[in-house]
Amino acid sequence: MNESPYGYWLPIDISTHGYQIDQLIALLHWFMGGLFVFWSAFFIYCLIRFRHREGHQASYRLISGKFSKVLEVGVIIVESVLLIGFSIPIWASLKHDFPDAKEALTVHIVAEQFSWNIHYPGRDGVFGKRDVQLTSPSNPLGLDRKDPYGKDDITSINVFHMVVNKPVIVHLSSKDVIHSFFIPVMRIKQDAIPGSSIPIWFEATQTGKFDIACAQLCGLGHYRMRGEVSIDTQEAFDQWMLQKESESEQASSEETHQ
Amino acid sequence: MSVQHPLEHRHEAPGFWRKYLFSTDHKTIGIQYAITAMFFLLFGFALIMLIRWQLAYPGKPFPIPFLASLLGEARMVSGIMLPEFYNELGAMHGTIMIFLGVVPLAVGAFGNYVMPLQIGAPDMAFPRINMASYWAYFLGGIVMLGSFFVPGGAASSGWTSYPPLANIATQGQTFWLIGMVFLITSSLLGSINFIATIVQLRAKGLSFFRLPFFVWAQFVTAFLLLLAFPPLEAAGVLQLMDRLFGTSFFLPSGLVVGGKALEVSGGGNPLLWQHLFWFLAHPEVYVLILPAMGIVAEIIANNTRKPLWGYKPLVYSVLFLGFMSFIVWAHHMFITGMGTVMSTFFQATTMIISIPSVVILTSLIISLWGASIRYTVPMLFALAFLPMFGIGGLTGLPLGLASSDIHLHDTYYVIGHFHYVVAPGTLLALFAGVYYWFPKVTGRMMSEKLGKIHFWLSLIFINGVFLPMFFQGMAGVSRRLYDPTTYAYGKVVQPLNIVMSYSAWLLAVAQIFFLINLVYSIWKGEKASSDNPWDATTLEWATPTPPPHGNFLTPPEVYHGPYEYSVPGRKTDFLPQNQSE
Repeated sequence: MNESPYGYWLPIDISTHGYQIDQLIALLHWFMGGLFVFWSAFFIYCLIRFRHREGHQASYRLISGKFSKVLEVGVIIVESVLLIGFSIPIWASLKHDFPDAKEALTVHIVAEQFSWNIHYPGRDGVFGKRDVQLTSPSNPLGLDRKDPYGKDDITSINVFHMVVNKPVIVHLSSKDVIHSFFIPVMRIKQDAIPGSSIPIWFEATQTGKFDIACAQLCGLGHYRMRGEVSIDTQEAFDQWMLQKESESEQASSEETHQ
Repeated sequence: MSVQHPLEHRHEAPGFWRKYLFSTDHKTIGIQYAITAMFFLLFGFALIMLIRWQLAYPGKPFPIPFLASLLGEARMVSGIMLPEFYNELGAMHGTIMIFLGVVPLAVGAFGNYVMPLQIGAPDMAFPRINMASYWAYFLGGIVMLGSFFVPGGAASSGWTSYPPLANIATQGQTFWLIGMVFLITSSLLGSINFIATIVQLRAKGLSFFRLPFFVWAQFVTAFLLLLAFPPLEAAGVLQLMDRLFGTSFFLPSGLVVGGKALEVSGGGNPLLWQHLFWFLAHPEVYVLILPAMGIVAEIIANNTRKPLWGYKPLVYSVLFLGFMSFIVWAHHMFITGMGTVMSTFFQATTMIISIPSVVILTSLIISLWGASIRYTVPMLFALAFLPMFGIGGLTGLPLGLASSDIHLHDTYYVIGHFHYVVAPGTLLALFAGVYYWFPKVTGRMMSEKLGKIHFWLSLIFINGVFLPMFFQGMAGVSRRLYDPTTYAYGKVVQPLNIVMSYSAWLLAVAQIFFLINLVYSIWKGEKASSDNPWDATTLEWATPTPPPHGNFLTPPEVYHGPYEYSVPGRKTDFLPQNQSE
């Protein structure tokens, strides 16, 4: 990938669902542009043709309403098509057609001022318990390592590793205030709301490292709440997992020695 | 009493205090509103001009060292703005522009001054409530301004004040909430007064379908204020209780802030606030735009010298807009985790509400057909409103459809969208109104030359500020970022920020022409040729200039619709509403 993924219009799209959103955005802007040009042309024509001139008087009579009726009906039809044909089905598929959990990577992402905590279930595929009381600078998630399911869990701060061509299901929540999880190149955005855990899913079609942004004002560090999504091949991802596992084993053995 | 015997009041000679400060005359109150609101518009603009420096040159010291040192170390450290201060400026810019600037100018000033004159009333139905409304607004403004000086500074959680962020914010947020309670109270007092006045005090013969469109717009606006504001007042009180008395209306259990568990009972829901807030704040958008449409319609009819095209469809559209504006609020919340059923409902209502806006815009443009357009300064501003509002309205569509909103939500696309509605849209219309009604208020005309300079410079630079926002938003730049270059895509579009900042500062320079024109013309402007210098048809031009206490020398009687221009077979090209035959 030599070209920059970003520019003055939509960034590149590397998700499986994003093309539908881009298509809708493109259609909408053609429609908006067409309507605006049409209105402007009529507007400018009127401004010139009907300017005040000596001996010229305005006409008291009003023209027929056919023109505006056609325009209004046209707008209603186009908007209905965009709504029923595009927006509702796209939304429904994003909200309901979740990938099979067995074939997907499932993670919990917990936002806080001003970082993203990523929680992987580890080899057993089951998330360990998290407890508010266990929260500490070294354990921002409050993960309970005594919980049998929690022993093998992997955590990561601000760097979210996922696998290319494999769907990922993210359960999103927040510890403190509302944040919003936004990956521009993935056409995904979801508020992280304290007190709720909200599932979203997406699938990347190419490898690379891209920005994760916070899209909701969350305090003085909102602007620097930047994360990174690293889309790896399966091998690279497994490699990373192994490395994290040994790191966390080391950390927990140190803890027990203390 | 003053309602039944309006003319008696002219015998009293009120003293200085009663005449200029604690007046119950709707015209004086209107002028008070206008001056206060224009001050706040300027102040709110100044706040964003500071922000524009940080956005154009993130992390560089402020170029005016004197101002930086005046602001102090808590806000700027060696000339570099702190993120805390940035957030204060952002939140207070929004709050001040909307609640202390545009609404008071559009409703408090224009509505108060013009509406009773246009319906032939001697004053508002409840003059003392009218005065109370202004002073509640004034107090709200003082509280908001004062909040900059409390420890920790002013509110910094956005004009939307979403909890839990707003709940744990510094003391300024408490001031914000108290200020809002005053402002909402002011709007409620105003709205009942407007409704009662329009229903009860219309001149003889002035049936509802003879009302000028501006009065219709104010009428619907008053209902929006009356019905939409109380939920926010309630929500504001709930947030105050959360902050001051340890309740948890908006706080869920298990919050950990800065590594420490928050000691609250929990069990609340932060989304409750968003519903209550947007239940107000969406109708609020129409509070901002409807009076502007009213002003534009008046000026277009007057300067095209022909009746408005589709007066009745305009009225029905504005009523329908008002009604629909109450059931679209959750389109601000698609990204909070909304399911398909809810999102379908709110997308559908949002698409439906776009139709009356299309009808209104189309009607106003078709009104130009067959006209004899006078390019006066108010007309230039009114005409510019049409394409600007067009851009604002159209760019609402991708945000109103949930699927395209996924990418665009909370980006600069949103900022561009609503600013096109409110700034190049409403503000240009409000300027049009100032130039149009100035001769009625003062008996003098504003300078046409200065007015045209002001118009062209404003039009160019205001687009220079807001047009690039759509591209930033498309690229993915989130709103409310202290330093957008933190992100790779923000760096790419950073040159736009420099263009926008210079446009904003030059836009400020353009306003100097307006201020000079305004102040100069009050005393030295060319005298208006008559009580009706624009050859207009509506009743406000049938009063002496400036209108005395009680407004009309004899109670006017109405014989026609509002826009009888160029009636065939007449000597003049206008037939005032109060002229029989």
